[in-house]
Amino acid sequence: MSVRITFITAGRILRQLLNDRRTVGLILAVPALIIALISAIMDDSPQVFDTVGLILLAAFPFMLMFMITSITLLRERTGGTLERLMTTPTGKLDLVVGYALAFGAAAAAQTTVAATVAFVFLGLDTAGPAWVVLLICIVTSMLGMALGLFVSAFATTEFQAIQFMPVFVIPQLFLCGLIWPADQMAGWLQGVSDALPLTYAVKALTEVQLNPEVTDAMWGYLAVVFGAVLVATVLGAATLRRRTN
Amino acid sequence: MPPTPAAAVAVTDLVVDRGKKPVLKNVSTAIAAGSVTGLLGPSGSGKTTFIRAVVGTQQVKSGTVEVLGHPAGSKPLRRRVAYVTQDASIYRDLSVKANVAYFAALYGKNRHEAMHAVERVGMGDHADRLAGNLSGGQKTRTSLACALVIEPEVLVLDEPTVGLDPVIREELWDQFRELARQGATLLVSSHVMDEADRCDRLLLLREGRFIADDTPADLRASTGTDNLEAAFLHLIRSLEGVN
Ligand SMILES: Nc1ncnc2c1ncn2[C@@H]1O[C@H](COP(=O)(O)OP(=O)(O)OP(=O)(O)O)[C@@H](O)[C@H]1O
Ligand SMILES: [Mg+2]
Repeated sequence: MSVRITFITAGRILRQLLNDRRTVGLILAVPALIIALISAIMDDSPQVFDTVGLILLAAFPFMLMFMITSITLLRERTGGTLERLMTTPTGKLDLVVGYALAFGAAAAAQTTVAATVAFVFLGLDTAGPAWVVLLICIVTSMLGMALGLFVSAFATTEFQAIQFMPVFVIPQLFLCGLIWPADQMAGWLQGVSDALPLTYAVKALTEVQLNPEVTDAMWGYLAVVFGAVLVATVLGAATLRRRTN
Repeated sequence: MPPTPAAAVAVTDLVVDRGKKPVLKNVSTAIAAGSVTGLLGPSGSGKTTFIRAVVGTQQVKSGTVEVLGHPAGSKPLRRRVAYVTQDASIYRDLSVKANVAYFAALYGKNRHEAMHAVERVGMGDHADRLAGNLSGGQKTRTSLACALVIEPEVLVLDEPTVGLDPVIREELWDQFRELARQGATLLVSSHVMDEADRCDRLLLLREGRFIADDTPADLRASTGTDNLEAAFLHLIRSLEGVN
């Protein structure tokens, strides 16, 4: 792996993203707008918004990064640039970590906007500090990115890539505790929930919501999410083939 | 410079199947360093497949492909071999300049060198345009610039002049000749017979086999014709006559 090539790759991906003004606008504005909408829906129950809004703060970047990453990598694959890159000194990890850095930066920007809107304008309230929420959200969006990298190997068209949303993302959203607390689900479903990485992001967020101090449990949950990011990234790199048929 | 092996590219008994269908059926050849070799053949004959085997992106069933003394696609070759794919492999959402600068940077070359490569393919006036908004030929040239900037020892080009006007084609072929004169080895696939005359050696691929591996002059002599188009037709007819 080459640090230099990784940064060159990340720079290229960021430049591609920045050249697409509309996508930049969508990335920055959409999660903030959705959270504002949810806040208006739950106008009469700010405590519910404190829970749901907080989880959404992590869930939206997760979803968006999954989509953007899987489609961008798919384009690289179908547009022939991946084949070309495989004949250059670019290593598989250079490419994948380059993606992680570029989209990680995008995710950080997105989450910062959404969190600022939620905390400052929508009155989102947590017992713990906002920076921990931000940190959890960024790691969670990197999870979306890493899953997107991995999954894009199994799609041959952009249409298929979108279809992977209901397979890889929606179940995680349903089971992570967003629509229903995990401990009130059917027993076997709790087991499934426990096996999904997004669940740990929600557990980490719940820790921040309830405790003024940053707890060890929070760090533990966050470590699980980060571990999943690493595993998915390495799996994503493993799906890249230098030689194809 | 390490001692140059006699053959820059050595292909031995190469067999490639694509989707269970045999595409290359036991082909062998040796390409001399510092030469321009033309790879000709009808559509679907396996030109791209052969080229992909040379740059090491094609899964092969059996046989060996060595480039500069190393197995095709192996790590030491990734700094020394450049590949221009048949369909321009560039980033549509980057400018011409940014595309070339990216590939340049991967090889430790600077923006100045990138700009020089852009000029060489006649894209200087379009350097700031997004690649996605270019015409087909302009995309092809941008893709070519991304390879030229690397200054590779082996340059593999899959139909680089399709859709280009005669003036630019002529200019590019002059550059290919000049690169070979400076010691680079070029493998260029083409549909166009008038380009064949600018090659030192020709490989004619038909249905997954080489039916000719010769210099243009010898090919004309052995088939008793004075143009290459006729020489190829002659070869194909005589092969079909045998079968
Ligand atoms: N991805 C693939 N999967 C299965 N078969 C393929 C694939 N790509 C090409 N082929 C088949 O392999 C054969 C050789 O294809 P190849 O692309 O090497 O031909 P070519 O000589 O480059 O043609 P052209 O001049 O049209 O570019 C063709 O019959 C083609 O249909
Ligand atoms: Mg081809």
